[in-house]
Amino acid sequence: MTITGIAAVGAGLAAIGAGLGIGKIGGSAMEAMARQPEMHGKIQSSALILAAFVEAVALFGVVVAFLQG
Amino acid sequence: MTLSTFKSVLFSVLFLAISTTGFALENKESGEDEKFDPKEMILHHVKDAHGFHLWGEGHDAVSIPLPVILWTDNGLTTFMSSAFHHDDSGKEIVSANGGKFVKVHEKIYQLNDDATAVTFDEEHHPTNAVKPLNFSITRNVLMLFVSALLLIVLFVSAARSYAKSKDGVPTGLAGFLEPLVVFVRDEIARPMIGEHKYKKYMPYLLTIFFFIWINNIFGLIPILNGANLSGNIAFTATLAIFTFIITTLSGNANYWKHIFWMPGVPVPMKIFLMPIEIIGMFVKPISLMIRLFANITAGHVIILALMSLIFVFKTVAIAPVSVGFSLFITVIEIIVTAIQAYIFTILSALYFGMATEEAHH
Amino acid sequence: MDLITPGIGLVFWTAVTFLILLFILRKFAWKPILGAVSDREEGIKDALASAEKARLEMQNLQADNERILKEARVERETMLKEAREIKAKMIADAKEEAQAQASKMIEQAQTAIESEKKSAMAELKNHVAGLSVEIAEKVVRDELSNKDKQLKLVETMLGEATLN
Repeated sequence: MTITGIAAVGAGLAAIGAGLGIGKIGGSAMEAMARQPEMHGKIQSSALILAAFVEAVALFGVVVAFLQG
Repeated sequence: MTLSTFKSVLFSVLFLAISTTGFALENKESGEDEKFDPKEMILHHVKDAHGFHLWGEGHDAVSIPLPVILWTDNGLTTFMSSAFHHDDSGKEIVSANGGKFVKVHEKIYQLNDDATAVTFDEEHHPTNAVKPLNFSITRNVLMLFVSALLLIVLFVSAARSYAKSKDGVPTGLAGFLEPLVVFVRDEIARPMIGEHKYKKYMPYLLTIFFFIWINNIFGLIPILNGANLSGNIAFTATLAIFTFIITTLSGNANYWKHIFWMPGVPVPMKIFLMPIEIIGMFVKPISLMIRLFANITAGHVIILALMSLIFVFKTVAIAPVSVGFSLFITVIEIIVTAIQAYIFTILSALYFGMATEEAHH
Repeated sequence: MDLITPGIGLVFWTAVTFLILLFILRKFAWKPILGAVSDREEGIKDALASAEKARLEMQNLQADNERILKEARVERETMLKEAREIKAKMIADAKEEAQAQASKMIEQAQTAIESEKKSAMAELKNHVAGLSVEIAEKVVRDELSNKDKQLKLVETMLGEATLN
């Protein structure tokens, strides 16, 4: 396997982690919204911010893959 | 009224995106007899370029030339990018201001004085040339100017319309832009920075929000031939550095105390936390930079990769699938343009809020 | 690798453009727009506050009106009552006076009648006396010629006179 191939696998693994993380955030946000519909706006914006933080970690992985690409 | 306007704008952007992505690819493919290389094509579209390529290949290509501005040992050197005659492999040598210049993969190199032709090593890097400081008006720089001008025209004319209407009721353009401005104020600045201090940061937050958003949208309009400004790390790095500078300059005693001597934890923990917090100070702008760059670039890469499928498989049968998927991704990207501008702005506001927060324990 | 190395040219142009953009928009766009928005918000807040104030004033005014109306009603009641009392008193007084007057008049009339009666009696007596004297004279003249008769008459008359 070439170094580019390994980088691609790494990017894929990073995507798995971020997918799990964002999925958890989204699920919990939905649950919270269903429980307290009046807090809808606040929950949504904090969920977006948290998703951005999780996503950043995956994007670091992607950038490392770019380094090899 | 604003909703229907918004819808029609959305649909026209979508239509343009779909129609011209295919068009751009077609140009790329025709005239190339050798094997189609999707990676080459995608990187060519995502990266910056000297000149706006319109259509055609090689010497028949039609493109809008842009000025090349270099800082060499002999001082400022300028010439138009058309002097390279669409050559991108270093064969065409341009002499200007006592230097010899070649363009390889949209990068300009200055040949050493004794060299007459550029030579390459096995990784295709020139061996007998150096890279001068390049301040050229490239495709991205041109889009940067266009987007800044557009923002100025839009918002200054909107601001003027307030003076015209007697009772301060927004009309026309201002009626469309005002809710966005109020959104930045009420949903981003106020909750993140706080009621008393948010006013100072409003101009920066508004400018950064609309600047990123409009450039994200421009990046999605392929008729601009992939002017991928917000997917360029130089652009996002500059904006992230501005956020970092403002955060650092507005940091109060409480902020620095939290970094160097975290209150409310035992002393060994304080010592342990200090390097983490110092690293965190720099990781924040770096993550801002990477997030915007990687999100936008990844979106472009996916759309172009889906389109490349047609040429990789060399069959029209795959076209409905790849067009369908890239339509889907384009719609998502339209949402992402706004979300990424929002995230960048809200995180900047969050960092300003952390820097100016007063001690409350 | 190429993709994530920032080009110095683009960094420079981005910084310059962004600073100019920030400066221009701050001066010519954000200030007027945010100013107009906050002015309008202030205006709405003020309008709401003054509406609330007007409502309270209205309420006060209404309460005042009601109070004044109530007072007026009470005053009217008392005035009417007083008037009624005065009326009754006046009627009673008038009645009393009239009665007194009437009884006084009756009394006067009685005394007048009494005195009239008395004087009439006296006059009648005088008249009767004169008449009697005249009759007596005539009778005497007539009777004096006859002695017996004279005596008899005197006797009768005396007897009658004493009877009276």
